[in-house]
Amino acid sequence: MNVFGFHYRLERKAIGLVLAIIGVASIGGIVEIAPLFTIHQTVEEAPDMRVYTPLELAGRNIYIREGCYACHSQMIRTLRDEVERYGPYSLAVESKYDHPMLWGSKRTGPDLARLGGKYSDEWHVAHLNNPRDVVPQSVMPAYGWLGRTDLQAADLGAHLKAMRAVGVPYTDDMIANAATDAYGQAAPDTPFAEGVTKRYGEATNVRVFDGAPGRLTEMDALVAYLQILGRLTAAAQKPLAAAKE
Amino acid sequence: MIEQLSRNERQLSLVILLCLAVLGLSMAAVGRDDPLGAHGALVLLAAIGGLFFVISGYYAPEAGPERLHSYYDDPSKVGIVIAMAWALIGLFVGDWVAWQLVNPDLTFDAPWSSFGRIRPVHTTAVIFGFGGNALIATSFYVMQRTSRARMPDQLSPWFVVFGYNLFCLLAVTGYLMGSTQSKEYAEPEWYADIWLVIVWVVYFVLYLRTLSRRSEPHIYVANWYYLAFILVVAVLHIVNNIAVPVSFGHAKSYSIFSGVQDAMTQWWYGHNAVAFFLTSGFLGMMYYYLPKRAGRPIFSYRISIISFWGITFFYMWAGSHHLHYTALPHWVQTLGMTFSVMLLVPSWASAGNALLTLNGAWHKVRDDATLRFMMVAAVFYGLSTFEGSFMAIRSVNSLSHYTDWTVGHVHAGALGWVAMITFGSIYASVPWLWKRPAMHSARLVEAHFWLALAGTIIYVFAMWNSGIIQGLMWRTYNESGTLAYSFVDSLVAMHPYYIARAIGGLLFLIGAVIGCYNIWMTIRTAARSADARAPGEPAPLYARKPALEPAE
Repeated sequence: MNVFGFHYRLERKAIGLVLAIIGVASIGGIVEIAPLFTIHQTVEEAPDMRVYTPLELAGRNIYIREGCYACHSQMIRTLRDEVERYGPYSLAVESKYDHPMLWGSKRTGPDLARLGGKYSDEWHVAHLNNPRDVVPQSVMPAYGWLGRTDLQAADLGAHLKAMRAVGVPYTDDMIANAATDAYGQAAPDTPFAEGVTKRYGEATNVRVFDGAPGRLTEMDALVAYLQILGRLTAAAQKPLAAAKE
Repeated sequence: MIEQLSRNERQLSLVILLCLAVLGLSMAAVGRDDPLGAHGALVLLAAIGGLFFVISGYYAPEAGPERLHSYYDDPSKVGIVIAMAWALIGLFVGDWVAWQLVNPDLTFDAPWSSFGRIRPVHTTAVIFGFGGNALIATSFYVMQRTSRARMPDQLSPWFVVFGYNLFCLLAVTGYLMGSTQSKEYAEPEWYADIWLVIVWVVYFVLYLRTLSRRSEPHIYVANWYYLAFILVVAVLHIVNNIAVPVSFGHAKSYSIFSGVQDAMTQWWYGHNAVAFFLTSGFLGMMYYYLPKRAGRPIFSYRISIISFWGITFFYMWAGSHHLHYTALPHWVQTLGMTFSVMLLVPSWASAGNALLTLNGAWHKVRDDATLRFMMVAAVFYGLSTFEGSFMAIRSVNSLSHYTDWTVGHVHAGALGWVAMITFGSIYASVPWLWKRPAMHSARLVEAHFWLALAGTIIYVFAMWNSGIIQGLMWRTYNESGTLAYSFVDSLVAMHPYYIARAIGGLLFLIGAVIGCYNIWMTIRTAARSADARAPGEPAPLYARKPALEPAE
């Protein structure tokens, strides 16, 4: 029996063709994707890894909403020039809580995987209001309305709950206090601020991100997110530190 | 349109539209000021519009049973017109975003018009709006003719066409409101995704039901490709979009995948959307329209078998080449690279099969811009699949990834292959569908051809230059061993190429505008000449209803 003879018969059966197409097309995905969930080494251990605070998560959602990922990657490749330009190469564990991941595919602007702490809050606010005020050659759009728009924080608890449903370890305490924690992280002198560091750790940034106290804006959320990029765990710094010793 | 529907189909369509209206109303109620609420209102409006339309024609007399002896082409006609409308929207927005990279203030300080929100409007409008509608319209045409069978009913093709466009509309308006999953080429949120699954199942069942009525014993090659397109896109779409919504009143959802697994799933989807949407589907188109227009049989039946199964098998492994040198395990990167290189064999077999089919008809390629559209499409298909395999090699990818080279590669495929084969097929089908001897103006087809070709070449060359310059500047070291250029230096170097790219895109857009005008004039003259014919005078041969005849 030759192959073409077999095909000559197969192409007379619609259901046969359908099953053959599904079978042949499934193999690649099954072999490449399924093991990523089972092979233990795929994602490194990082006990110090923390989850996003409600304010940072809201900022991340603004980053997604505005399509920032279309021009900015968050994935430093294992290449010398990238490590020297942007910092230690990205580890899988660093995006463990990223539903979905924002590795990106294009750098019309620079990579942002290690942006956190690189610039001041004031710089970010000025840059987002009009990028050309701080980088004259920039082609980034201006996001002036972020600082004028109040953040919708009331339903952040529901967001945390959905994140927990997909596997992020938010506690009941975090979910119950999500809205006040979002407010507290951008209002350091209020009683709400304490809960943030209690639930998310002493190292959490608690400050007036947009420079305008008393009002929780989308600018607060986005800057809080940008300032935590690459800082949820120190795992990526370790190979570098070990090499220096 | 309604008179073609049987009484039962008219009633059923009213029921479906009523359900849709209720769905829209409840979405608007629970969503309120969330984008979901606005989308509920949109669904409600669409359903009410549909209800008015059906009711207005409800008491029209039913067309006679003799209609069942000819093909049902009305959905293809509407699909082609809608596809061209999406082409104008998609190409216009595409050129607008291109100019935004030349002058970033072209957003006019509005949230909805910034690059990040309208870039997916561009990609969705051209891929799903233009490409998807063209695929659905031509697949209806091709499956009936190659099976020598009429579609089994008159309602499900309309459900597919209008349902699919409702999805496209939800997608595009969602981005403008800031509603997106951020998954490239799968941006629409959960409710739009579920709706697409319903539409897609109806499409698949319609395809199988038509095939089961066929009077040809064999299923023609074009149908294998259309089937692979429908089936695999369904699998990809469902797996990649599994997500947990914040609540039923929120448009926002969180993907069940995260990090490295999500990256692999997204590029398994993303690359195979290219494979099964933008390649398989359009190869189906090519395997019907190119031999038909050239008047030559396909060069080799065996090559078409080998290339079909090669593409179906190899493509599904190739997605991980989008993730070279990232945190994705090395073994997956290597597999992706290997299969990407092997993919060149079935790809070039398809391109070669198409070009060799033209042997004996090259004089037609010279004289007929419609056939030339298809020929150039096959050439660009060959070029961009070679480029794709090349860029998937890890060391090449270290330079090309994240740069404009990728954008250039995508557009070589999208403009040179997908759009050209579509324009060629549409120019071939419009006279066939509207019963005209030819397009309104052959010279305008010629003008469109040269504008499209010039636009594509300018675009691709601009992006090759900018991409390679960018990649080299990022990795250039000076004598003291430090990086020679800042990121901003590389950005400034891109400026002239961004202008050239936007001009290339503009030429392509002007070509499409000319195409729309030409199609519109062809349809108008078709309507006029049908009215002008004296009663009882027989229609000319090209204007007769296509009977179910053996002609393929």
